[in-house]
Amino acid sequence: MTPPAPLRALRRPAGAPAGLWLILVILAAIAAPLLTPYAYDIQNLKSAYQPPSASHWLGTDEFGRDLLTRLIYGARTSLSVSSIAITISVLCGMTLGAAAAWFGGWFDRAVTTVVDLTWSFPEILIALILVAIIGPGTTGTMVAISVAYLAQFTRLTRAQIMTLKGETFIEAAASLGAGNAHILFRHLLPNALAPVLVSAMLATGDAIILEATLGFFGLGAQPPVPSWGGMMSAGSALVFKAPWIIIFPGLAVAITVVAINLYGDALIAELDIRARMRRAV
Amino acid sequence: MTPLLELQNVSVSIGSAQLLDGVSLRLERGQTLGLVGESGSGKSLTAMAAMGLLPLIGGHVSAGSVSFDGQDLASLTDPQRRALRGRRIGFVTQNPMTALDPVQRIGAQIDVVSRLHLGLTKSAARARTLDLLTQLRIPEAHAVAEAWPHQLSGGMKQRIVIAMALAGDPELIIADEPTTALDVTVQAQIIQILAALVREKGVALLLITHDMGVVAQICDRVAVLYAGRLAEEGAVAPIFAAPQHPYTKALITCIQQEGMARGTLRGIPGAVPSARQYPTGCRFHPRCIKATAECAAHTPPLVAKGDGQAACLHLPEPAL
Repeated sequence: MTPPAPLRALRRPAGAPAGLWLILVILAAIAAPLLTPYAYDIQNLKSAYQPPSASHWLGTDEFGRDLLTRLIYGARTSLSVSSIAITISVLCGMTLGAAAAWFGGWFDRAVTTVVDLTWSFPEILIALILVAIIGPGTTGTMVAISVAYLAQFTRLTRAQIMTLKGETFIEAAASLGAGNAHILFRHLLPNALAPVLVSAMLATGDAIILEATLGFFGLGAQPPVPSWGGMMSAGSALVFKAPWIIIFPGLAVAITVVAINLYGDALIAELDIRARMRRAV
Repeated sequence: MTPLLELQNVSVSIGSAQLLDGVSLRLERGQTLGLVGESGSGKSLTAMAAMGLLPLIGGHVSAGSVSFDGQDLASLTDPQRRALRGRRIGFVTQNPMTALDPVQRIGAQIDVVSRLHLGLTKSAARARTLDLLTQLRIPEAHAVAEAWPHQLSGGMKQRIVIAMALAGDPELIIADEPTTALDVTVQAQIIQILAALVREKGVALLLITHDMGVVAQICDRVAVLYAGRLAEEGAVAPIFAAPQHPYTKALITCIQQEGMARGTLRGIPGAVPSARQYPTGCRFHPRCIKATAECAAHTPPLVAKGDGQAACLHLPEPAL
């Protein structure tokens, strides 16, 4: 038996380093308290602005807190907020999109209109408006990000289901007496799942940037809880005095997002059912 | 005795286009009826009408009635019709390449039919599935049941589709050009499998095809459709011996025969007209060698001939 697609993606030239980086970051985020002797929130003004050294690998920030510690705890915030937000977004988007494609008529028109309307605004604008309404913080960021990407998943799911509805195997299922629910949940949604999941994976990368942006504006996780965007925001005032404070979280965001995209591409190549069918024919 | 499947003067419309015009068919239990015609003549629509599946493609029966085992399909509720499909009527689709769900294993796709219609448990359904696969002469049934659709060849997939059609233990199988998408060598195997089902299980078969050769081999009766109308209908032997309708005759001469001289394989010039611009009178007259001015003016009625019927203004007089 061939291993599942996520593992096969790890064997691809670009997928391997990207996947390993992601595993590393996720493990570090989970095991944060075990990895570092420092606390992320205890200030020590005597050791402020230290450049990278043996005791502080990435240096310290303006309050003398270990930067590596804050970066690892920041990964917790950034990864969990963006992945939970995207999960909510995918669940709601798939439900809405599938319902729109399935029921059609006025419901489809209503959903499509609203979704197209939000689709025409940049995600950051939608997110900013929502955070302004809900208030800054982790919950606000999550809701804002999930609404910002809702349009994407709704549209994708709807388009997938519309295409699949015309497939012969749907007609075949109907001709063998399958009911509506069976066709929707057993045939249409499972077939629409792979592309939606891959696009969710890629959107998680964008969501990390969005989360960092909101954090940079001071709208994300509130101090002293570290987030990559918040750390960059603090470092932006000190670019010349202590450049490491902004450089390392910036690098963390950049490398993680690039890794998600590379791994996502590898996953697309491995998951593509149509490509597999072409090879088999 | 009531026929198993009976279409009486069925007309089918999609939107404003009337695609099927007063077609009548009868299929008795254990019989094989061949439904023949070129692409666009309305064969598949007839099958969809017989299954009550026209809404799926946005069509409806605009006149006439379809009855299965004496029950008018139009009088049934949606759930009742659904209970017929798969249980008493099995359907074999045209293109096996796309007829299977690409993200479900073969076995699961067959199991679900007998679980739904026969109320079998998971393990009983799987046993039945393996039994069906073996009956259809599929080697290594266990391995095939665990396989994904993309791992199988076209001929194998078509057998799987037939197994799905059989899983509900139906009395009627409707096969819509079951061999069109397959290699010639595999075509013969699939036709033999279908013929064996009729012989051994007493299933009635409505075989839709454009291959008169296949009809001659396994059908009891044949109905020839042209441009949404019945051109001729009757028992196979007399029709092949003395086709009444010029179109039937032309279709029969299209069969390649052993010992044919090179370059003598015949075609029918022209193409089936589209439903929006059917010719007046007899719809076949623009392509017919016997056509006269009368053919363009009058629609020929179906006239009883022997135990069959034909619709042509120039039917040969019975040679008595």
